[in-house]
Amino acid sequence: MPVIRVKDLSKEYLVADKQPGLIGTFRHFFSREYTSIKAVESIGFNIDRGEIVGFIGPNGAGKTTTLKMLCGLIHPTSGVVNVSGNIPSLRKYKFLKDITLVMGQKQQLIWDLPPIDSLKVNAAVYGIPDKEASYRIQELALMLDLKEELNRPVRKLSLGQRMKAELLASLLHRPSILFLDEPTLGLDVNSQLRVRDFLYNYNQKYQATIILTSHYMADITSLCKRILVIDKGQLFYDGPLAKLTQQFSPSRLVRLEFNEQINFSLLKHYGKIIKQDNYSVKLLINRNDLPQKINNLLNNFSIRDLEIADPPIEEIISKIYSNKIE
Amino acid sequence: MLRINIILKYLRILFQFWSTSLSIELEYKLNLFVEILSTIGNLAGSLFVLSMFYTADNTLGGWPWHSSLIILGFYTLIESFTISFLQPNLSRIVKQVQNGTLDFVLLKPVNSQLWLSFRTFSPYGLPSLIVGIILIYIGLVKGNYYVNELSLIISFVMFICGLIILYSLWFLIASTSIWFVKIWNANEVLRSVLISGRYPISAYPLALRPILTFLLPVAFLTTVPAQALLGIAPFSLMMVGVTIAIVFFVFSINFWKYALKFYTSASS
Ligand SMILES: Nc1ncnc2c1ncn2[C@@H]1O[C@H](COP(=O)(O)OP(=O)(O)OP(=O)(O)O)[C@@H](O)[C@H]1O
Ligand SMILES: [Mg+2]
Repeated sequence: MPVIRVKDLSKEYLVADKQPGLIGTFRHFFSREYTSIKAVESIGFNIDRGEIVGFIGPNGAGKTTTLKMLCGLIHPTSGVVNVSGNIPSLRKYKFLKDITLVMGQKQQLIWDLPPIDSLKVNAAVYGIPDKEASYRIQELALMLDLKEELNRPVRKLSLGQRMKAELLASLLHRPSILFLDEPTLGLDVNSQLRVRDFLYNYNQKYQATIILTSHYMADITSLCKRILVIDKGQLFYDGPLAKLTQQFSPSRLVRLEFNEQINFSLLKHYGKIIKQDNYSVKLLINRNDLPQKINNLLNNFSIRDLEIADPPIEEIISKIYSNKIE
Repeated sequence: MLRINIILKYLRILFQFWSTSLSIELEYKLNLFVEILSTIGNLAGSLFVLSMFYTADNTLGGWPWHSSLIILGFYTLIESFTISFLQPNLSRIVKQVQNGTLDFVLLKPVNSQLWLSFRTFSPYGLPSLIVGIILIYIGLVKGNYYVNELSLIISFVMFICGLIILYSLWFLIASTSIWFVKIWNANEVLRSVLISGRYPISAYPLALRPILTFLLPVAFLTTVPAQALLGIAPFSLMMVGVTIAIVFFVFSINFWKYALKFYTSASS
């Protein structure tokens, strides 16, 4: 039984056309003309309890819009959304207590006060008794590696510390469904790693369902077995991450190291040269001819080391984003 | 039982809301200092006006000076409510729509209208609260008015109705920011309307009175509670006041629900 069910979901935004300047504003006030933007177009998917799903796509693809419909912030133009048996846009308290939305660009913590004050507000809002709340705060703080930061004004925290405190505030009520919109935005590599580890642990501990958007592929590859790719409002791919590579990249990446300096032009008809150095080269070789080409290479060159891998996911994604899929 | 639980829950929430907003004030000590200075300044101004009232021996729109003091007192009480709640909270709605942090409010299992209306409490309304009560008291004593418990209660009810009317109007205008982000400055509009409540309605030209009573129900904010206190409020007018309060309040609730259907949440 899937915990999230989405069918034919669409969202159109009406945006007022407004000419620049004062006269434009004036005219606009009397005759409003609208253009509609199709942000999401009849997408559908099911997600099971406990899954961590990566939701990726280029800027403006409709990821945030979809997440906002899933958590009930905005009403769909058409289609069906069901999250753990609820219609999100009704925003029933029972539903709201079961979900959370974390946005990398927006924060709920009170800027001038230490996070602990915001946490107390949230405890009251979710009706968590004081004792239970302080127990949960301790537990989550430990998982997030937060200590005295909780007692320092938010405005004096670093971006990473703030994001971790945001996560704590968003998870105090132990939601079982997490919508995370770029939770690692702007974080350095170490902080990203921390947040990722934390999300993984939270998922394991509470069997939480997580939908995650991120423009850092490392977030996706390390957390998500399954990904949804959306482009121009349409669902483009839904399946295992590994399969995306096979499906959209017909080649594999071969790295060769030679014992001697070689003439790189000789390598041209083996595959596409990505990068070349004095003694090493990276080649993209079609999967179908791979064994034979490798064989030939080994026969014709004096090779010290050889490595075969999938091309980096970023390349595949960027290919998908720029619509260069053959 | 269930009701009591809900009330307790909301009391706890309000306690957290207001203690955090007081802590924020304390974070900025200079600001606190300036605000206290300006409150003292305001107070001095009111007292000056007051002393002028005492030297004059006249009536205003048929109200003797000491009874118009009572009106001024109610006006000051309204102002206290405005400074403590309406202004800090409702002007924030526009900002929250603009920067999209309204999202967090809407995703909490609490009534969003209650949250938005009572999230912060500004202590700077408290002096006006005290001054207002003192003004009403002086007016009653100087005018040799006898007030029985019943008229006290009725006056209180009418005053609450006035607050509800003002609140609902203010909240209504603030809700339109869902569509017209930025266009309104509800504060300025309403403050200037409000000032007209300083004087008895009958002090205004005949043509303005219906407007101030029914279109912008200023009369119900100050004049009617004062009349009720003195036992001279027409019963029908009080009924109209109660009705307007209920209608406005219910309308504000439904209008907010309706507005939220159009909320698109600032893009991020
Ligand atoms: N509140 C809004 N009003 C009008 N149009 C909007 C609004 N929010 C988003 N859009 C438009 O809808 C489309 C999808 O936006 P959305 O924010 O969902 O993209 P996204 O996939 O989250 O992109 P990003 O990776 O940049 O965050 C965009 O064309 C955007 O301009
Ligand atoms: Mg987005």
